[in-house]
Amino acid sequence: MAAAAGRPSGGAGGPGGALLSVDGVTLQYKTREHLVTATYRVGFAVHRADRFVLLGPSGCGKSTLLKAVGGFMKPVEGTIALGGRAVERPGPDRMMVFQEFDQLLPWKTVRQNVLFPMLVSGRCGRAEAEDRAQRYIDKVNLAKFADVFPHMLSGGMKQRVAIARAMAMEPDILLMDEPFAALDALTRRKMQDELLRLWDDTRFTMLFVTHSIEEAIIVGSRILVMTPHPGQVRAELDAGGRGRAGPEGAEFQALQRRIHAMLFAERVEAEERVRADA
Amino acid sequence: MREANPVPAPRPEFELAPAETGAIGDVARPLSAWERLANQLWLRRLAILLALCLAWQLYASWLKNPLMFPTFLDVANAWFDATLRGPLIDRTLTSIRTLVIGYACGIVLAAAFTTLAVSTQVGTDLLSTLTAMFNPLPAIALLPLALLWFGLGIPSLVFVIVHSVLWAVALNTHTGFMAVSETLRMAGQNYGLRGVPYVMKILIPAAFPSILAGLKIGWAFAWRTLIAAELVFGVSSRSGGLGWFIFENRNQLETAYVFAGLFTVIIIGLLVESVIFRTVELRTVRRWGMQR
Repeated sequence: MAAAAGRPSGGAGGPGGALLSVDGVTLQYKTREHLVTATYRVGFAVHRADRFVLLGPSGCGKSTLLKAVGGFMKPVEGTIALGGRAVERPGPDRMMVFQEFDQLLPWKTVRQNVLFPMLVSGRCGRAEAEDRAQRYIDKVNLAKFADVFPHMLSGGMKQRVAIARAMAMEPDILLMDEPFAALDALTRRKMQDELLRLWDDTRFTMLFVTHSIEEAIIVGSRILVMTPHPGQVRAELDAGGRGRAGPEGAEFQALQRRIHAMLFAERVEAEERVRADA
Repeated sequence: MREANPVPAPRPEFELAPAETGAIGDVARPLSAWERLANQLWLRRLAILLALCLAWQLYASWLKNPLMFPTFLDVANAWFDATLRGPLIDRTLTSIRTLVIGYACGIVLAAAFTTLAVSTQVGTDLLSTLTAMFNPLPAIALLPLALLWFGLGIPSLVFVIVHSVLWAVALNTHTGFMAVSETLRMAGQNYGLRGVPYVMKILIPAAFPSILAGLKIGWAFAWRTLIAAELVFGVSSRSGGLGWFIFENRNQLETAYVFAGLFTVIIIGLLVESVIFRTVELRTVRRWGMQR
């Protein structure tokens, strides 16, 4: 347990109630010259129907953490378990949505892209898959583009296909790696609203990575704030519903200021010390 | 002279209701017939070809030396004669048959090499070393050795064709696999794909532009190598290929027939390139937007 190691995991409730439990996870990867420690003893718990956001500046290991949950890398220390079973390799019970637009298979149409994972993973039969594909393509408002190849779509549309593809699998948990980061500001706002509407509709569980405080509050129901070098948990906050009122709301701005203070506290303290010395 | 601290001039604000754009929307004037004709690539090419043929015909008629440079009409006559009454079709078929065997063997070997290269580091090093060694070596330079090992006949030809196809295809396929983006790989693994299905359903289609480029280069090398190799021998085999047809007619000083043979080589090259490969390209990589 992370708590046993002397650091509050911040996880709400025991691992018994959690869908995904991450416990004291340290992640390292090698570059050409260095062994980089991406996260150090990070722990949190995601419950069913959570919109759980990993928030932190670049270098805090949040994307690496998401990849580890996806099964693409193994922790050097600690455990990751989904529904009580340890995560060992990538699998269709955890569907990823990536930041990059090239995550769609360019040789398949929108519909075939959505169908493909359902068919190859054997999650459901042909008829059922067709049915689900149509339903989720409708849900992301791409019915008109169902038989178009990805290269003819805009960036926002491609991300919507990726989301439909992941959701159609009806996985235990959706893993979203800054899915809207490469979009323009207007499209990003629209996509965030659409994502929330989809959540209202189907109540999926998701783990969402972002470096934008605003996006975290809009999208998330729980926010895990992480500090960089190496990534460690700074706080776990409740954001439920505060994003709904829009970024103009007083509560929204208070939370935003609070997180901002957490992420930049060290720098502020350092600056104060400098001022005190002078 | 410029003011020291210019301030933007105050102007009134305004808002406009969006105008009906219907009238502008459908002013898509169809191009004139002449402009549309000039846009056809094949038509422009045809015009250039006709001009070249005319120039050839005029120059050769003026030269009056059919032994060195027959007129275009003579060559066209010879081509029809050789096709309808002569052995040209037979010769062409022999060439193509040999080519297909060699090409197929080359691709199978290339697939084996690439599999090795993708799965192990030793394989990667082996492939890159061999490619670096054999790529600069013209396949035709191996013909004497091939004749020594396999004797006069199809096996020698197949050997040199395999050599000309193998390295180009293997190198391109391997490069294509290496270039498949990390995101696409992770997406594939995310669906639980592993091993052979992963290669067949993710890596090969994703690397298809490179693979196709390799196949095209391999084909071009193979066709040139084959014709060159056939020029060297064919003496013993009763039915030689196109290269042999050219060589034979040169020996008999039938220059018009030599030209007819060369034409056939060009035509087949063009057909494969602009019909077969082009169709495959249009149906795959261009349709998928993976290549402009």
